[in-house]
Amino acid sequence: MTTYRLGPVDELPVGEGRAYAVGDEMVAVFRLRTGELRAVSAVCPHAGGPLADGLIDAKVVICPLHQHVFALETGHCQTTPHLALRTYPVREESGQMIMNVSPVSGSDSTTTS
Amino acid sequence: MDRLVVVGNGMAGARTVEEILARSDRFAITMFGAEPYGNYNRILLSNVLSGAEDEADIFLNSLPWYAENGIDLRAGVQVTRIDRFARTVRADDGSVTPYDKLVIATGSRPYVPPIDGMHHPRRGFHQGVFAFRTLDDTRAMIRYAHDHDRAVVIGGGLLGLEAARGLQQYGVEVTLVHSPTHLMNAQLDEQGGAILRRCVQKLGIAVEVNARTAAILGRDAVTGVRLADGRTLPCDMVVVAAGIRPNVDLAEVSGLPVERGLVVDDQMRVLDEPDIYAVGECVQHRGQTYGLVAPLWEQARVLADHVSGANPKAAYHGSRTATKLKVAGVDVAAMGVTAPERDDDEFVVFAEPRRGVYKSVVIRDGRLVGATLLGDVSKVAFLLQAFDRGWPLPEERVRLLFDLGAPPAQESAAELDDAAQVCNCNGVSKGDLVATVHGGLKTVSGVMDATRAGKGCGSCKSLIAQIVEWAADGAVEEDESASWYVPGVPLKKPELMAAIRAGGLRSVSAVFDALAGGAEDAKSKMGLVSLLRMMWGDEYVDERGARFINDRVHANIQKDGTFSVVPQMKGGCTTPDQLRRIADVADKYQVPLVKLTGGQRIDLLGIRKEDLPKVWADLDMPSGYAYGKSFRTVKTCVGSDFCRYGVGDSTALGIAIESRFQGLEAPAKLKLAVTGCPRNCAEAYVKDLGVVAIDGGKWEVYVGGAAGAHVRKGDLLATVDSPADVMALTGRFLQYYRENANWLERTYAFVPRIGLDRLRAALEEDADGLDARMAAAVAAYRDPWKEGAEPATPGQFRTALPLRVLPLVPVREGS
Repeated sequence: MTTYRLGPVDELPVGEGRAYAVGDEMVAVFRLRTGELRAVSAVCPHAGGPLADGLIDAKVVICPLHQHVFALETGHCQTTPHLALRTYPVREESGQMIMNVSPVSGSDSTTTS
Repeated sequence: MDRLVVVGNGMAGARTVEEILARSDRFAITMFGAEPYGNYNRILLSNVLSGAEDEADIFLNSLPWYAENGIDLRAGVQVTRIDRFARTVRADDGSVTPYDKLVIATGSRPYVPPIDGMHHPRRGFHQGVFAFRTLDDTRAMIRYAHDHDRAVVIGGGLLGLEAARGLQQYGVEVTLVHSPTHLMNAQLDEQGGAILRRCVQKLGIAVEVNARTAAILGRDAVTGVRLADGRTLPCDMVVVAAGIRPNVDLAEVSGLPVERGLVVDDQMRVLDEPDIYAVGECVQHRGQTYGLVAPLWEQARVLADHVSGANPKAAYHGSRTATKLKVAGVDVAAMGVTAPERDDDEFVVFAEPRRGVYKSVVIRDGRLVGATLLGDVSKVAFLLQAFDRGWPLPEERVRLLFDLGAPPAQESAAELDDAAQVCNCNGVSKGDLVATVHGGLKTVSGVMDATRAGKGCGSCKSLIAQIVEWAADGAVEEDESASWYVPGVPLKKPELMAAIRAGGLRSVSAVFDALAGGAEDAKSKMGLVSLLRMMWGDEYVDERGARFINDRVHANIQKDGTFSVVPQMKGGCTTPDQLRRIADVADKYQVPLVKLTGGQRIDLLGIRKEDLPKVWADLDMPSGYAYGKSFRTVKTCVGSDFCRYGVGDSTALGIAIESRFQGLEAPAKLKLAVTGCPRNCAEAYVKDLGVVAIDGGKWEVYVGGAAGAHVRKGDLLATVDSPADVMALTGRFLQYYRENANWLERTYAFVPRIGLDRLRAALEEDADGLDARMAAAVAAYRDPWKEGAEPATPGQFRTALPLRVLPLVPVREGS
């Protein structure tokens, strides 16, 4: 588990997302209207769309390329059930965005072999 | 709770579980699926291959469905053995799962004929050789077809034909190699097969019948196939679609009774195994195996009735198979036998090879025992019912093939038998639909969602609509939310606008707070931004996050996350100076593609997001708005200055229109044109608003035209005397459209909905009001590309992909 500081939360406008390279991961971080942060993988698994450019509400992000809808909390895709995003714990600490990333070899990659 | 384990998560396994859940909640269910997905409609893979449908559209049960129903889904896990004495299943992930009841639904696998060179000694299939069975197969074929040129498809049955047709979409030259003497020999007789062959050849698919494939040639890459007669067909890709075989390996190694398929009794129980059931294509019942979907639904119902205890007497007696489908663009329906079998069988045949029509029926003892229809399937509804239910047949047998005079051709919804299957993909009968309507659902979409009718190939949708209408006795309800302006706020556009005005709601979040209980809805944001900007102009309170990405950065996002930049070029007129600047920008930013658009402008494609502000500054031209739901461009012809036919100065008028209305947001994009004479070089008849100069100094104004996926000639709104009148009328029409059209409703739908008479009356009645509101909107125009100098938000133009240029964030503490 590694902890990263993404930068001041003020750099992320409310209701929008920005992309960050965090270790080996590409992560899209969103700031909800409530001020809460959400982080998911930055690349849409459908066709590689930039999710940080997507429209969001309190629950979902919509990929700007083909309008696939993903739950921000779980990463589940509501439009194509077999697609999913990785989600990351992200929080604000004294004005800074802080994220923990554990190595990828967790739950995702073991099922395929 | 009893433990129910289902091996197989295909259409049969998932359908069976649905049927069981509908009858009982006494089971704790575990499902194993070898594929790492939820459950999808395998029948529609050919649509995915041909690009007619997205992968997303063919899923039947999403992963959340399994969770919601408490099903433990082991997707991507292969069951290796059933221990019927210990009552457990072992899987390749090492797990051992005990069961009280077991359902085997392993389906079928492609039959691969013995052909030399098919398999690579170490790697399984030769690279470049594909079976066509799973979603992964389909994806692999699509990938491969993109950069290969010639394919041989082995097998001229249904699947082979669909594979051949699908591959053509990628520019691949296809040869179909079929070893029997005619195509679709399981469903068609020789004459029908020959007619189908002509139809298929007309589509550009080469066909070899009576041709056995002996070998695949090529060591590392496929170079061709050799036929048994010695001929060689060069190709770089081979698809095997030579039929299917029941997938019974698991049953065999587990000691269950297997002949051609896994042998079951009338309760779908495996022979001598009281707690093991089987269903679908892996099953052999009374000596028959089935490869169609309809029998599978019947089997699933009987199995569920029995295993759940809902009806212990339920019994499956086999299915009479009938198919109705469109194969490679040709309608085919077939049922029962294909040709007479006994001396006294009647055989009525009609063939019209030139039109690709073939029809035949086989009658035994006054009952229909077989029918084949090709090219014209208008009689299929009647024939299916006569075949299924043994109806008495008309004395004049030709009436089985044609409608001769009255009564009318269409089997009406009222006449259709209750048991008649309407949706052949999902096994929904007319009775099911009627019961759902009588149960209180009175919308077509609601009934379709509830029964899943029409969710397969979709060919039955119009019949479903007719039946719902008939069953609801004229009381069909519109889907209420379909009339809302946006899905997240339950109001139609006029009511929504009134509420926004009354509440003084000037931002998207204010609308959600006041009118949607505070619940934001991402899908509604774009439509609300457009509406609020139209209503409030300068007073609109902007929230950047509510805009679609194109409107945040004023450019059109492309498939790789880069953007396209189209500067304004009024009336399609440019100057050497502008061209020089565009060329310089293209060089400086290494623009991958510079292209002329259909709207007479120049498109710079592949601009990186972070370069956008610099590109605009270097271009020093205003935005052409080629990215928004807004006024786009006015296409013009040369007009009267140079053209020897022109009767009006279309170029000048087009430029004037664009100068006045540039950038106006609207419910959908607006494409206009002005053409200098009725020869219509600027295509004004098929624009949202098109102006045509006619002799005598007059101008015609057309509205509601389209030449996209939908093609429509515009309606003549008025003929006016001067360019000034054109400008005034254009402003009124655009403003009326902005205020009254639904979100994303193009003028080609809007104008017919309102009706020309009502439209003309409205434009006249409120001429002053429309003019004033339009003038305010025009005054609020600001070139968005000026924003490049000072970004509206932090990181507005920071890349979202690819990420290599991003600053890597520092590690705060390690582990």
